[in-house]
Amino acid sequence: MNQYNFPDAKGHFGPYGGVFVAETLFGALDELKAAYAAAQVDPAFRAEYEYELKHFVGRPSPIYHAKRWSDLLGGAQIYLKREDLNHTGAHKVNNCIGQAMLAKRMGKPRVIAETGAGQHGVATATVAARYGMECVVYMGSEDVKRQAANVYRMKLLGATVVPVESGSKTLKDALNEAMRDWVTNIHNTFYIIGTVAGPHPYPMLVRDFQKIIGEECLTQMPEMAGRQPDAVIAAVGGGSNAMGIFYPYINVEGVRLIGVEAAGDGVESGRHAASLTAGVPGVLHGNRTYLLQDEDGQIIETHSISAGLDYPGVGPEHAWLKDLGRAEYVPINDAEALEAFHNLCRLEGIIPALESSHALAYAAKLAPTLPKDKILLVNLSGRGDKDMHTVAEKSGIVF
Amino acid sequence: MSRIKSAFDRLNGEGRKALIPFITAGDPDAALTLPLMHTLVEAGADVIELGVPFSDPMADGPTIQRASERALAKGMTLRKVLQLVVDFRKTDVKTPVVLMGYANPIEAMGLEKFAAAAAQAGVDGVLVVDYPPEEAVAFGAAIKAQGMDPIFLLAPTSTAARIEQVAGIASGYVYYVSLAGVTGSGALNVQAVAERLPLIREKTGLPVGVGFGIRDASTAARIAGIADAVVVGSRIIEEIEKSTTETACANVKALVADIRRGVDEVKQ
Ligand SMILES: Cc1ncc(COP(=O)(O)O)c(C=O)c1O
Repeated sequence: MNQYNFPDAKGHFGPYGGVFVAETLFGALDELKAAYAAAQVDPAFRAEYEYELKHFVGRPSPIYHAKRWSDLLGGAQIYLKREDLNHTGAHKVNNCIGQAMLAKRMGKPRVIAETGAGQHGVATATVAARYGMECVVYMGSEDVKRQAANVYRMKLLGATVVPVESGSKTLKDALNEAMRDWVTNIHNTFYIIGTVAGPHPYPMLVRDFQKIIGEECLTQMPEMAGRQPDAVIAAVGGGSNAMGIFYPYINVEGVRLIGVEAAGDGVESGRHAASLTAGVPGVLHGNRTYLLQDEDGQIIETHSISAGLDYPGVGPEHAWLKDLGRAEYVPINDAEALEAFHNLCRLEGIIPALESSHALAYAAKLAPTLPKDKILLVNLSGRGDKDMHTVAEKSGIVF
Repeated sequence: MSRIKSAFDRLNGEGRKALIPFITAGDPDAALTLPLMHTLVEAGADVIELGVPFSDPMADGPTIQRASERALAKGMTLRKVLQLVVDFRKTDVKTPVVLMGYANPIEAMGLEKFAAAAAQAGVDGVLVVDYPPEEAVAFGAAIKAQGMDPIFLLAPTSTAARIEQVAGIASGYVYYVSLAGVTGSGALNVQAVAERLPLIREKTGLPVGVGFGIRDASTAARIAGIADAVVVGSRIIEEIEKSTTETACANVKALVADIRRGVDEVKQ
């Protein structure tokens, strides 16, 4: 393929992306674009970002060969990019640091965020504490109930958690509410979006702050395995950990890029969150992308065992990579993800996040179909401590 | 000539300003929308903005969000909104109707199909909150091709270049959002609005409506002193919320008639 170079100046990835917001937000988005453009060419910004990633987050994260699990599956070798070892336990923090540094540069003392499971909220609250910023996190009231531990964690870190009562009271509604806060408090507030969604420049900016994942893999894989992988596999909620690991590989020939969506009770059941597999293009949260919607264009509720994948849209760059045929997107249901979760715990001594377990489950499906010298690189986007309750409940255990 | 242009021309001739009330179609249920539309006209509305409910009204405050949720819970859809306009036109062929909503329900129907159906139903203008001019080239063309007016928002943060861009694609009127925020937000600063209007008038000859935060006759009077149209939304929805099915029309009529008196006072 020709050199991949997206988005265009207006934030379009082919027909996707763009800036679908009310006029009231344009001032803020223009200000953000200008600040980011200036930061990108400022060596001091880059140096500070790298310093923070190394000393606060603990990067580079290692790559690990899951040898016992690979042997048991009897096919391709599975390697794991260990984003679960980052401070706060997931990839989310890479992006939060970058955006908080932008907020600091722009002189905004207050940051806001949306969160579903609470991982992005915790990462934002962490970075806000680190930089001495006021932090407000919007979270659907349903999610506040389901994720009590993360709510408390955010409060310990000094953040205010605002339960959102509108709509379906979940992640998409939290995002709506954060946008409303932003448009009202633009003068002092920076909105730290947690995934590669939202209006331009967010999908590009979040990708750029997450691409460190794939960049490290480009140098680590030859050291670990003697070559680049045959496929890179990542879970896709909004799509930030997947874009982070895919992006540096887009122009690398011969590497399959596979995004794994949450199929909940199964795509055919209608209770899922597989926007690329079962959605149609539309406009939500400031961009055009694949959406789960009814025939009247209303956004429908999603279902997944993993709160971080429970989103009816997907980052516009994934929509474009799908249409281009450069990436493939596949569904994994709750049961398959749980099985992979348990296998990784027992065979490798790693408790993965339920989101990441979707990527693991697809690797477990694919590996046995391939010869033993093939290599699959899975983005282990987060650790599973936050999911203890959910998994225990599924096994009929109450703490 | 479009109904919107004739309405503004007529008002201009009479030396009066336009009153544009907003209600959400299907709030609190479909049966009440048609009587409410006629009530708005009786109370002095010159143009009706009819909200098309959407599951994710990102630019709206709590009041209009609740209206959307009530309407969706009762099964309102874009198709049914168009049918309401058809029914309205059976007895009112004069009052312009502007649909206001979000892009996704329109895209789900298909832009061309929507534009044809809306024109057929008797819709005069369409304002899609999340279609800024740079994303609305196809939309603007489709709406104009059917003889309707694409309406666009301007904000306190709109630069001269953006105002020009909107002026190049809009027709009917432009809608100046008086504050940075969502619908239903509080304090409106009339002085600040007055200071922004000359720049807009320099770039476009279209009538300028002002909305967001107008809640009573006296604010309406002051806005009518500087703008061509006064848009009132959340305050009317609140009145509907406070009323029963039986009292809604009477209460809305009293409220809107009072605001009409304010608009006709035209305080500088
Ligand atoms: C560990 C982990 N992985 C993946 C995701 C999904 O988000 P994204 O698709 O943006 O990476 C989340 C979101 O909460 C998460 O916590």
